[in-house]
Amino acid sequence: MEATAARVGTVGDTVPTRRAYAGLWSNAWYRLRHDKLTIAASVILFALIAISLAADVLAENVFAFRFEQQNLLGAYAKPTAEPLAYLFGADELGRSQVVRLLYGGRVSLAVGFLAAFVNLTIGVGVGLLAGYMRGRIDDIITWFITTLNSIPALYLLLIFSALFSPSPLTLIFVIGILFWTGIANFVRGQTFALREREFITAARTIGASHARIMVKHVLPNVLPLIFVLAAIDIGGIILAESALSYLGLGINPPTPSWGNLLSNASSYFVRAWWLVVSPGVMIFLTVLCLYLIGDGLRDALDPRLKGTH
Amino acid sequence: MRKFIIRRLLYAIPTLVGVSLITFLISRLAPGDPVRLVTFGATDLTPEAIEAIRKAYGLDRPLPLQYVEWVGKVVTGDFGNSLLYHQNAAKLIFDRVPNTLMLAATALLLQLLIGVPLGVIAALKRGSWIDGVVRLFGVVGHAVPTFWLGLVLIIVFAVQLRILPSQGVLTIGKDQWDIMDRLRHIILPAFVLALAGIANYSRYLRTETLDVINQDYIRTAHAKGLRERTVIAVHALRNALIPVVTALGGILAVLISGSLVIEQVFTWPGVGQLTYQAAIAKDYPVVMAGVMISSILLVVSYLLRDVVYALVDPRIKVG
Repeated sequence: MEATAARVGTVGDTVPTRRAYAGLWSNAWYRLRHDKLTIAASVILFALIAISLAADVLAENVFAFRFEQQNLLGAYAKPTAEPLAYLFGADELGRSQVVRLLYGGRVSLAVGFLAAFVNLTIGVGVGLLAGYMRGRIDDIITWFITTLNSIPALYLLLIFSALFSPSPLTLIFVIGILFWTGIANFVRGQTFALREREFITAARTIGASHARIMVKHVLPNVLPLIFVLAAIDIGGIILAESALSYLGLGINPPTPSWGNLLSNASSYFVRAWWLVVSPGVMIFLTVLCLYLIGDGLRDALDPRLKGTH
Repeated sequence: MRKFIIRRLLYAIPTLVGVSLITFLISRLAPGDPVRLVTFGATDLTPEAIEAIRKAYGLDRPLPLQYVEWVGKVVTGDFGNSLLYHQNAAKLIFDRVPNTLMLAATALLLQLLIGVPLGVIAALKRGSWIDGVVRLFGVVGHAVPTFWLGLVLIIVFAVQLRILPSQGVLTIGKDQWDIMDRLRHIILPAFVLALAGIANYSRYLRTETLDVINQDYIRTAHAKGLRERTVIAVHALRNALIPVVTALGGILAVLISGSLVIEQVFTWPGVGQLTYQAAIAKDYPVVMAGVMISSILLVVSYLLRDVVYALVDPRIKVG
């Protein structure tokens, strides 16, 4: 997403603006604490991460049902509190939907966070290089980015996945090396502007190398907004992974992911529509929280951008 | 203007070269010997027979040479024959293009018809509950997994209420030109495909309108005694709409890419659905044709966007 120029302030104009003595981060933290929506989104996201991490413990102690455990008598069970394992119903083999959602969350969240990490590493590196070096290097990188952007994202994922039939690990890698262009474009633009500033010239006059200037002087100035991009990126990846797994080209059963739980449920939706609802809600909730956190972080870090997207 | 378009067309060439290079390399880097594709995994081939197949398909030559040869054929629309249907792969894909374009165009229309008014109204009623709802929708619309929404809508409208069809472009046996029947088929997939863009446009238009209505010329228009409606429709909206054209780039990419999943959910016979089925069946010529042709669609839409942008925004120097 591109950040446009300064806009008029919209919501939260009552929140005190920059205090003279505070640094960027403490200022941001100060504003964040007053942003109830972002706080709520963070709490929900951390809760989702926590229960996914605790899937083993919860499955054993609370639901008393392993994720691969079957019970054909309970096939297509409706959501019920008795037994607790069928809280969200059961699939065609009588497996517990709620337990499978917990384990699916593990896979979906892991893919989202790790692939975003790969994205950010490549995107920031390439963006810094293009924006700082300019000239021939920038031309080549820009050409490559335009090219990648001209292949519709899902088609690109489709050929990769169809050819390499990925495991969760290779899927992280594939998504990681395909979706960094937006981040690179953003960092490139920022670097372009920063490069003209006096402190960069100053660093160069005292003999700092290009690499040192990029890492020590440009990067710290770009870094804060990268957190915003990261939150949005993770959300986008979780959506892409779920779509791919739904198509049967992402995470494959028996490993549950939110996407392939949906894929499975869509075959039985006439009999058991509730199986379609819960994985979708989990994806929606997670991605929504990430986007809200991204929005909130951006507003907190750079109030001038408030109200843009 | 003509100069501008020609220059813009020339810019598209290196992009298309890049796309073809990536497509080609992926197909050659794929694990497994391409020979297996033509022999369908037969194991009783003599080494001589395999060598003969390699020669016949030009696989024994160096990679750059293979690429040049492949591009030479692709330019004439020859992607080879489908391994599954034994027909020209490019023709199979081209036959599906109208369906995909129809879906994408309908979705785009919905985005503009719903997203633009939502954003403008939110900006005019800034701070009201309408504004709050539109702003929330601006985030929510992006976070919904589209294919899931498609499934939910099918369950509600096709399975439970039985008022809309769940798949296809046309009821079998109906007349080709039965517009009502086509509309009934396209409404659900088009809406689902449009959702993210509606959210995008409502967000864009809200900020742009807020920005524009604080400008001096709007105050002048008010001071002249023009009616509120005229000020908004003639003076404000026209300027607020310029960035909408900029946003088109990303939105078109989402439309073409997103239609791949939506077509699958609604069994919509478009490029995405065929490419997907070909990918599952490892029908490589069709996959390559699908990827190349959908990329060309995207490049052409970017081109059109830039032309429209140059026409709309007088600040862009043309020629």
